[in-house]
Amino acid sequence: MIAVLGLVIGVVVGLLVAPDVPEWAQPYLPIAVVAALDAVFGALRAFLDGIFDDKVFVVSFVSNVLIAALIVYLGDQLGVGSQLSTGVVVVLGIRIFTNMAAIRRHVFRA
Amino acid sequence: MSTDDPTPPPEQPKPAPEQQPKPVPEQPGEQQQPAEPTPMPKPKPKTPNLALRRLRAGFKPSRGQAIVAVVLALVACMAVVQVRVNRADDGYQNARREDLIAILDGLGQNTRRLETEITELEARKNTLTSSADKAQTAREQAEQQVRVLGILAGTLPAQGPGVRITLNDPDTKMQSSNLLDAIEELRDAGAEAIQINGQVRVVASTDLVDDAPGVKIDGEKVQSPYVIEAIGDSNNLAEAAKFPGGLVSEVTGPQIGGTAEVTELPLVQITALHAPEEHRYARPAPSPTK
Repeated sequence: MIAVLGLVIGVVVGLLVAPDVPEWAQPYLPIAVVAALDAVFGALRAFLDGIFDDKVFVVSFVSNVLIAALIVYLGDQLGVGSQLSTGVVVVLGIRIFTNMAAIRRHVFRA
Repeated sequence: MSTDDPTPPPEQPKPAPEQQPKPVPEQPGEQQQPAEPTPMPKPKPKTPNLALRRLRAGFKPSRGQAIVAVVLALVACMAVVQVRVNRADDGYQNARREDLIAILDGLGQNTRRLETEITELEARKNTLTSSADKAQTAREQAEQQVRVLGILAGTLPAQGPGVRITLNDPDTKMQSSNLLDAIEELRDAGAEAIQINGQVRVVASTDLVDDAPGVKIDGEKVQSPYVIEAIGDSNNLAEAAKFPGGLVSEVTGPQIGGTAEVTELPLVQITALHAPEEHRYARPAPSPTK
């Protein structure tokens, strides 16, 4: 319940405050969002598996976001930023789908 | 061997379709703590729905819930901001190649059209400028003409080198013919503008009538001393006045008995103006050379 509340609050804050994304953060924000989504779905799956641990969740969330941003940064420095971004998005997308499949199996038994 | 069944009857039903979850396969999800590799035994019929029960149980507040809420809020905020930033971007970034080509084509055509327009407008501007130049030249010539003709017709004041001839006629014996002679002599010597007594401008239509004791010039009464001012080569003008049998000798002669004084001046100001009248009869005739 509180989690849903947090989600709503986040959307509202993002809409109301509408903070300006600094120039240096603009390439990393989308990747970070995707990585955060991956962490969230992983957490949901772990929760349904009964192995959820909030500490692990926070650590995985932060590390996911940081690593994704780091990879994109590295790619930018190496001149393969867009390709590497695509790669990261693909990997994270596959993981999200996998997690969603597990969640689905838990919830719907199918 | 012979009755080898190529396709064994599918009496080997997998427990579930291909999606049958192996108990937590090699998913690299961070949430999998290696400490408890199989926390949830997979046999299906054991629990009605353990996951749903956990989900329901998750609605009661706890520390984990709070943390999850914070992180979710963060994610939602980030996502919303990103969506907003993305939407604020110009539409070209995500446009397809064909669209971009079409846009580029449109811009190119626009550019060509506008360049054509620029060329036309510039040509027009040049035309107008040159015609304006012509008009300007014509106007300058006309103004020049007006100045020249204005001096000739006496409608403009004039100044320049010249002479001043002062004629004293104590016995009022001078007649219009004397003044007319004087004017003719001066004109012969190249006088370009003449005025008498600062009062009358002598022009082409000037008439002189005797009107003792003086002369009426263009209807203006002029009396001794007559001061004739003329613009022209001052030396020539002075010579024209003083040559033997000329104006001076005539005025100082026994017939009139006056005095004459001729002064050459570097600058003579002629301020008297002739007011031209509308011609009542004469009209410009069409130019024969035209």
